Amino acid sequence: MTVLVEGLTVIGPAGTMVEPVSAEIAPGATLALIGESGSGKTLTAKSIVGLLPRGFRAAGSVTVAGQALPVDRPGDDAAWRRARGRSVSLLLQDPFTSLTPVHRCGDQIAWTVEAAQGHRLPRAARRTAVEERLAEVNLPARVADAFPHELSGGMRQRVAIAAALASDPQLLIADEPTTALDASNQAEILDLLRRIQEDRRLSVILISHDLGVVRGRTDQVLVMRGGQVVERGATAAVLAAPEHPYTRALIEADPVVAARSGARIAAEEAAPSEVEPLLACGGVTKAFGVRTVLDQVDLTVAPGAIVGIVGESGSGKSTLARCIAGLEREDAGSIVLGGAALAPGRGSRTPDQMQIVFQDPYSSLNPMMSIGAILGEALGVAGRASSEVPGLLEMVGLPAEFARKRPAELSGGQRQRVAIARALAPGPRLLICDESVSALDVSVQADILALLARLREEIGIAILFISHDLAVVRMIADSVTVMWDGRVVESGPCHEVLEHPAHEYTRLLVAAATRENAVPAEGKD
Amino acid sequence: MLAARVLGVLGVLFVLSIIVFAMMYLAPGDIVKNLLGNRPANPDVVAAVREQYRLDDPVVVQYLTWLKGFVTGDFGESIRLQVPVAQAIGDRIAITAALCGLAFLVSVLVAVPLGVRSAVKAGGWVDRTGNALSILGLSAPTFAVGLVLLYLFAYYVPILPVYGGGDGGLDTLRHLVLPAITLALGLGAIIVKLTRTAMLRELESDYVTFARSRGLGERMVRRIALRNAAIPIVTGASLVLTFLVGGTVLAETTYALPGIGTLLQDSVLFKDIAVVQSLTLLVAVVIAVIALLADLAYLLLDPRVRRQMGAAS
Repeated sequence: MTVLVEGLTVIGPAGTMVEPVSAEIAPGATLALIGESGSGKTLTAKSIVGLLPRGFRAAGSVTVAGQALPVDRPGDDAAWRRARGRSVSLLLQDPFTSLTPVHRCGDQIAWTVEAAQGHRLPRAARRTAVEERLAEVNLPARVADAFPHELSGGMRQRVAIAAALASDPQLLIADEPTTALDASNQAEILDLLRRIQEDRRLSVILISHDLGVVRGRTDQVLVMRGGQVVERGATAAVLAAPEHPYTRALIEADPVVAARSGARIAAEEAAPSEVEPLLACGGVTKAFGVRTVLDQVDLTVAPGAIVGIVGESGSGKSTLARCIAGLEREDAGSIVLGGAALAPGRGSRTPDQMQIVFQDPYSSLNPMMSIGAILGEALGVAGRASSEVPGLLEMVGLPAEFARKRPAELSGGQRQRVAIARALAPGPRLLICDESVSALDVSVQADILALLARLREEIGIAILFISHDLAVVRMIADSVTVMWDGRVVESGPCHEVLEHPAHEYTRLLVAAATRENAVPAEGKD
Repeated sequence: MLAARVLGVLGVLFVLSIIVFAMMYLAPGDIVKNLLGNRPANPDVVAAVREQYRLDDPVVVQYLTWLKGFVTGDFGESIRLQVPVAQAIGDRIAITAALCGLAFLVSVLVAVPLGVRSAVKAGGWVDRTGNALSILGLSAPTFAVGLVLLYLFAYYVPILPVYGGGDGGLDTLRHLVLPAITLALGLGAIIVKLTRTAMLRELESDYVTFARSRGLGERMVRRIALRNAAIPIVTGASLVLTFLVGGTVLAETTYALPGIGTLLQDSVLFKDIAVVQSLTLLVAVVIAVIALLADLAYLLLDPRVRRQMGAAS
């Protein structure tokens, strides 16, 4: 029943992408593969299910319960059809995209069952099989008739787990299974996986960039960087005493570790000042159709302050940011900037009032324009000359030569710096960062947070920092506002909210931020 | 939302009806003379025409009378054919509808599988051949394709009729084959492109990777992807259906089919204003209905939109 990986190598068009990896996973055990983007962890996962992108191939061998997978024969469909599903299954990161949106959840689970059995099932048997699988992941039978968009992110990932396991595989590869989920769902999904794994004696390869996920829930860990395994060993031992400098850097950059030690990137929290606030929102309310997404939201940002907004997706935090920036029109309430009331919509805003930095630096920059042109355009909006481009680049810590490059030549972190530079170009008084570090690797994340803290020190800009991750917010914000279901449930200075959370939901977030509820893997960790 | 859409369509049709009505006045020459056609112009006949078209009433009343006639199915009298317009159109609409339906069927039946195949084996010979054919279909004008086919089948391989509408039933169907292929080529080219692009995008998506990793067969995976791709394909295809409306004039003329297209062409040449007005407005209504049906299809195909519409209404 053991899973044996021997000399698994991935070769791409430009040469070897992943150096030979070997590992052994006992039934019921979990191997963690950690590393940042580009480390080769996802390529390794895809090579085991034979789904490498075009132009990539794998060498080496993977044996599941004595049966060899055809990893070096990506075109051998017949062999792969016997192996996929029955021996190995892959669970993907994003439950919003891994289920097809136009088919009912029950059908998607039934397909796996039918593929494994090799024939279609009669109606009643199909229904029973689907309900059994749903029960295993703690979902009611009615979910079978629901479309994916009718479920929450956590429920969707449960459906995906049920679908991935419906063929009873012996090895499950989970590629960042909780990264797209909110703090409150992450722990539940991980604990569910752990329980199923023990019930079924299932071997799991858990891929993550997040040390918090790995801690307490895996037995062995491989740390990968640039296609190579730089460190391996028992999870607890590696995390407690990392040997490789890269592993140490990863652990230090982890916001959760910082949350436990109380380390901060920004200077100490500024004391609440008596000066007139830069931004004051009062009773902001917004509904989309019948759904109220913002319900009487109050928020103030003092000049030069960093204010964090935390909440899960759907809590209304992004809609609030968009209302402040004029990208959405609020139905009721007031938004006052620097003493002047702003009417809803973009018509009443000028570029020097506020700018927004979005989550995804890959889609927020025009790929056809050079960095210099992008920044020149933003400067032009405020009537400034494009000769200021080198100064802007310097401000965000990029060399002046970058003006000639295009976004595709830049890394994710560099792109986000360009996005910040573009936002700073018109000289705004308020910078809105909407999940601006969420798409970045932890080490890059720390660099960008440091940049934001430095900008506040140097040019005194106020920052509204929106994130789903309290651990990140507490590293940089002076005060924090917690949103839940369109309402502000708690707000106050960062340390007070963290140390004495009053609302139940805040307590859940604080626990997630410090991973206090991580279940240790009994006896194996 | 759907109600708003219907209201929008009605608004567009209303504006169009005013423009179409104004055609009567915008056509060069004296309006009575135009309405008379080639009948001798003695005072009695002129008075009859003025009475019939209420030319002495204010323009608004004339328009309303005309619109009322159109809505109730009284389209007026064809000057050229000396029969009611409704009858002239009714005699010919079946053959045009059959032609358009056949062309649409042929193009969908050929183009969708070809597009799927092209996307699955992107860069393969089917893809390259399909691509070349669709560029040809897109760039060759309908009348040119029609003439080439006409020449080919009238002269070299005389297996299909190339002239007229036949004697009804199967014979008519045989007569429609060449015109339908002529029309289908341009339409099919667009659908191949739409299908290929949509399928390529769907096959790249996570749910396809997830389905394959669970051991689902390639045929099943393609079915799932095609069901998702159906949303852009159907909306795109129904919009290019309007292409048929213009194309049918050319195809019918080339193959001398007694359909709406030839009726329109003859009526325009003859300044048979009542027929031209009726046909123009009829075409506008058909296009509006197709666009509405496309929206409805979207609603049927995409459960996410279905819920939003439910919440909004």
